[in-house]
Amino acid sequence: MAKVLIPTPLRQFADKKDSVELDGATVAEVMTALTAQFPTLRKQLFTDEGKLRSFVNVYLNDEDIRYLQKDATAVKAGDTLSIVPSIAGGAQ
Amino acid sequence: MNTEPPVSLSKEEILRYSRHLIMPEVGMEGQLKLKNASILLVGTGGLGAPLGMYLAAAGIGRIGLVDFDVVDASNLHRQVIHGTKDIGRKKLDSAADTIADINPNVKIDKYDVLLTSENAMEICANYDLIIDGTDNFPTRYLVNDVCVLLKKPNVYGSIFRFEGQATVFATEDGPCYRCLYPEPPPPGLVPSCAEGGVLGILPGVVGLIQATEAIKLILGVGEPLIGRLVLYDALAMRFRELKLRRNPECPVCGDNPTVTQLIDYEQFCGLPQHEGPAAAEVNEGDVDPLDVKAMLDRGDDFILVDVREPHEYLICSIPTATLIPLGEIAKRVNELDSSKLVVAHCKMGGRSAKAVAQLKELGFKRVRNMTGGILAWSDKVDPTVPKY
Repeated sequence: MAKVLIPTPLRQFADKKDSVELDGATVAEVMTALTAQFPTLRKQLFTDEGKLRSFVNVYLNDEDIRYLQKDATAVKAGDTLSIVPSIAGGAQ
Repeated sequence: MNTEPPVSLSKEEILRYSRHLIMPEVGMEGQLKLKNASILLVGTGGLGAPLGMYLAAAGIGRIGLVDFDVVDASNLHRQVIHGTKDIGRKKLDSAADTIADINPNVKIDKYDVLLTSENAMEICANYDLIIDGTDNFPTRYLVNDVCVLLKKPNVYGSIFRFEGQATVFATEDGPCYRCLYPEPPPPGLVPSCAEGGVLGILPGVVGLIQATEAIKLILGVGEPLIGRLVLYDALAMRFRELKLRRNPECPVCGDNPTVTQLIDYEQFCGLPQHEGPAAAEVNEGDVDPLDVKAMLDRGDDFILVDVREPHEYLICSIPTATLIPLGEIAKRVNELDSSKLVVAHCKMGGRSAKAVAQLKELGFKRVRNMTGGILAWSDKVDPTVPKY
């Protein structure tokens, strides 16, 4: 089981949960399990072609998966996957 | 960081900065560095407020402020550089007065403009470092690209509800904002603070992380927040740190940059242009609050659906409206009679437009969006409805 941390802007698509425990041997498998559990999250995270959107980053522990093996990065029990979308707020 | 000759401190300044001067990490040398330094604050809102106040107090010699907005009552729960007496004043004037009161030794430059591709290079070139405290994606990408092109550090902070992000971009070896996020989200997918809300004390914490990094960069002490993204969750009271890397393929700071001058950032972020027919186009599904009022008064047979959240409904509501939050529409669609006209409203019209699209997909033939939401209802129909 890996822990997936869901950021504030996306919690509304995940039954308001801040984290979920999911099975999966790779990042892709964990993300598939996540969007299977919360189908409306899929549109937020992935393009119609199934590619992770470019304003959403996924970190395995503290490393960006773009600099590991991307989707194919192996996930071990106890790992933490963080979804980090861009947010712009500050002045308003 | 600059070529100006060192200045000295007056007797008044020595007393004012005495708690800095007795620390070896700052001392007279450090305090003179602060006095010689210049910082540009882009935005004097939630993040800019604590930044302006603390950087002034710390003795930064020159602070530039960029803002064209005026103080609104809804700013005051977090923008502590402005007070109740300042409602309706230009934020620039209000912020400058507060800074001058805190530390009259600070030179203040005021820029009563929206930072754009036309003016950004010229404005930013006058400062040692730039602090991004804006609230929108086009300006964030603009500030990033300017900082990369001018080789000036960009002290970044961003907030949403009770969560914040901070880092330092665009230093010589470090990543830039585009290395982290090559592209912005499409408009409407990520709510702004005006739509999503923000915990009032949150920008205080994030703005002061930015102020801390600015002071460290100027003093040249400590471990700067370069190549690290700090994530702060106020509810969990937890700070986490993620590694950031410079992307060799980054279009602006990579090894073979393709962006070598400023671009049109509104277009880059997918926003409609300010001019042209697209902006003026009225959606045929739109209905004005005054017309909705007339329909209600006539007793027309239609359903008014409020697609906001229950906690917003408690602030104010339109009598006869049925509350079905946007996220529950698919689940609760059977509560609505699809043979009738459905008018959706929210706070400002954004979410209800999405609700209209969803209902059309679900087979509703007659669905309309009340333009401007309950705020427009308050302006046009019933001023006793409070605005939030």
